[in-house]
Amino acid sequence: MSNFTSEISREKEHEIRATDAMCINESQQDHQWYYNLKYLVTGVLFGIVFVKAEVISWFRIQEMFRLQSFHMYGIIGSAVLVGMLSVWLIKTFKIKTIHGEEITFSDKKFNRGQVYGGLIFGLGWGLTGACPGPLFAQIGLGATVVIVTLLSAIAGTWVYGRFREQLPH
Amino acid sequence: MLEVIKQPWPWYIAGPLIGLTVPALLILGNKSFGISSSLRHACAACLPAKIPFFQYEWKKETWNLVFVLGIFLGGMVASHFLPNPGPIKVNENLARELAAYGITDFSAMVPLDIVSWENLLTAPGLIMMVGGGFLVGFGARYAGGCTSGHAIMGLSTLQWPSLVATIFFMVGGFVMANWILPIILSL
Repeated sequence: MSNFTSEISREKEHEIRATDAMCINESQQDHQWYYNLKYLVTGVLFGIVFVKAEVISWFRIQEMFRLQSFHMYGIIGSAVLVGMLSVWLIKTFKIKTIHGEEITFSDKKFNRGQVYGGLIFGLGWGLTGACPGPLFAQIGLGATVVIVTLLSAIAGTWVYGRFREQLPH
Repeated sequence: MLEVIKQPWPWYIAGPLIGLTVPALLILGNKSFGISSSLRHACAACLPAKIPFFQYEWKKETWNLVFVLGIFLGGMVASHFLPNPGPIKVNENLARELAAYGITDFSAMVPLDIVSWENLLTAPGLIMMVGGGFLVGFGARYAGGCTSGHAIMGLSTLQWPSLVATIFFMVGGFVMANWILPIILSL
């Protein structure tokens, strides 16, 4: 019986997180805290690429939205192509994680939030010249005032969560 | 070799490396690439306030917070060990347009003439940092993801809702950069 309830609560938990946290995949194994260090390393490498390719530059984003440079289109386009090819390879050859677990994918459901939210996000992106990832890298670079932008983004996330039920989806 | 690495990296090097983050996270631990969810985890961890949207076990998503901490550290590493030898080259038309609004300092990744502590309480500064950040956080969650989760991870897994979101990200950006930002900058 207790197994049954935990099964239900696990499903509910999954549903809550799936509503729109992008990552609902999770390891079924219990890992020690230091297993998370591999994500730290990935993040560091990713952050270095961000900085060196000037993806986190406000000026590069302005050039992109004014069609004054191919740079950002080249980056996003080639990143998507490499991502697609990798996912295809993982699916085709049923590649497992380094811990031997199966790699899973979950489909995204369409809702009108992708239109309204997408538009709002785009307006913010054009203004700050940074999506959430670059915000962290800019702070690391030493632009400490961007902490204000990041806190404001967290506040925006909170306000969305608070009024989620009243918003059209 | 180090001199070459210090130069700004071209798109055909950086793009594929960013794309490789997708399989890297999947193979390291079956994780979907997405950055804006870290903001949601921050809310769930610090101020859940009994809001259902923040009632979940955020500790299971610790990896995501560790990942963004890594991005922050990556920024530090790059600025200390791999600084650009020269200033950022900005498109001439953009430079001319920005100069008209008093933005002439192209030495940093952010326009220091607006994005700085001194300018935080000016109208353009407040709108860009506080307003812009709010739109980014609110919009990303409303859309169910940001550039990483939708444009890169979503398109890599051929999710058409992610294509919809990406198209509207671009529409919003075009509208802001070309029509609204000039008004804000002239305040």
